Amino acid sequence: MYTQAMDTMGKDEAAKTVRSAEEMQLQERFDARIDAGDFIEAKDWMPEHYRKTLVRQISQHAHSEIVGMLPEGNWISRAPTLKRKAILLAKVQDEGGHGLYLYAAAETLGTSRDQLFDALHSGKAKYSSIFNYPTLTWADMGTIGWLVDGAAIMNQVPICRCSYAPYARAMIRICREESFHQRQGFEALLTMMTHGTQAQKDMVQDAVNRWWWPSIMMFGPPDDQSPNSAQSMRWGIKRVSNDELRQRFIDATVAQAQLLGVTLPDPDLKWNEARQSHDFGAIDWSEFKRVLAGDGPCNRERLAARVKAWDDGAWVREAATTHANKQAMKEAA
Amino acid sequence: MSNDTSPSAGPPQAGLDPRGGSAGVPAGRGEVMSHEWPLWEVFVRSKAGLDHKHCGSLHAADPKLAIQMARDVYTRRQEGVSIWVVRSDQIVASDPGDKAMYFDPAEDKVYRHPTFYELPKSLDHM
Repeated sequence: MYTQAMDTMGKDEAAKTVRSAEEMQLQERFDARIDAGDFIEAKDWMPEHYRKTLVRQISQHAHSEIVGMLPEGNWISRAPTLKRKAILLAKVQDEGGHGLYLYAAAETLGTSRDQLFDALHSGKAKYSSIFNYPTLTWADMGTIGWLVDGAAIMNQVPICRCSYAPYARAMIRICREESFHQRQGFEALLTMMTHGTQAQKDMVQDAVNRWWWPSIMMFGPPDDQSPNSAQSMRWGIKRVSNDELRQRFIDATVAQAQLLGVTLPDPDLKWNEARQSHDFGAIDWSEFKRVLAGDGPCNRERLAARVKAWDDGAWVREAATTHANKQAMKEAA
Repeated sequence: MSNDTSPSAGPPQAGLDPRGGSAGVPAGRGEVMSHEWPLWEVFVRSKAGLDHKHCGSLHAADPKLAIQMARDVYTRRQEGVSIWVVRSDQIVASDPGDKAMYFDPAEDKVYRHPTFYELPKSLDHM
């Protein structure tokens, strides 16, 4: 999920020409391993640009998991039943765990956790645009599970085959856990659409209307405006293009919407027999860019909540460190 | 996730751990940040009778917290019945640069495998 900003970054780090003969040889060996479908491990030689690209992508992904806890965390205390509350708690806890797997993977590339957090808290690092939209009703919880986690899974499954092995291993674990996220969301919506009042059904439709477009933006800009995609594909960091993933997601979701009894808010959405796929309307990329640049409905609120949580926890981290040091001194004495 | 970067940055393996020490941690948002908790590698036995297997890493202040956090981070779905944690800087690993020297010599010793020996059909299950 959540690495869409990758594709909007400038070409500031375009691969530099290699210098020494030795480095050239290392580069050749690296390229050959990538071509052979080998995995790259943390201590293997890798081009500096490959390393930087991965740090950026994996940390954006990690930040998205952590910030992604916030919109849903808002609803834990307001879940309609104890069952739904337990499910939501488990899901939000999972997102925290996923963030941790990913931070650990990013750290293998030589960036410390503190550096990664600092980049997030200072606003320097990006996270997925999707978490800057508000969660207004209980139906948003189901819709996030169904559409947002659905889009995330579509995005993440190919990353399980990423050439950088620590990232791939983290993704395998995440994908295994995440399918429950989508299923619980769909089931929550289905319950409302099957047994709910008209007002509850309207609430579901309203949530779908608000989340549909932001969800399909999650796959990032169109391929022809995604300057770094080619390099990431070449390196086996990215396996399937943005547009291809978006199309797969839309094709999969249309039938699910019918089953649910909701409409998707796109009058141009229709089956194209020749393409054996759905055509869909134009995406408002100016909105995407605005939200990604920090001017979405909830950007400030999300970042402030995250920074507050970190700062409020400072005394706990310090106390644990102090306790550990004291115990170590006692043992040494 | 970070199993392969865990070795100590002591003299023999200096530079193997790309994370290095925590000395280079920058001050953030205009303030001095506290030092990170040390890194631990986590090993989980998925069920009785099987080996503990490396499953990832985490930061924790001390061994007790490391075990508790490992339980929360890596065994939320009954993935294990036992957990080991070990400080990452206490693990010594082989150098990937020595991979060929260390492991390739075994490649031509095919006689170390049972399939190398051709026996009469009637005995082939030996």
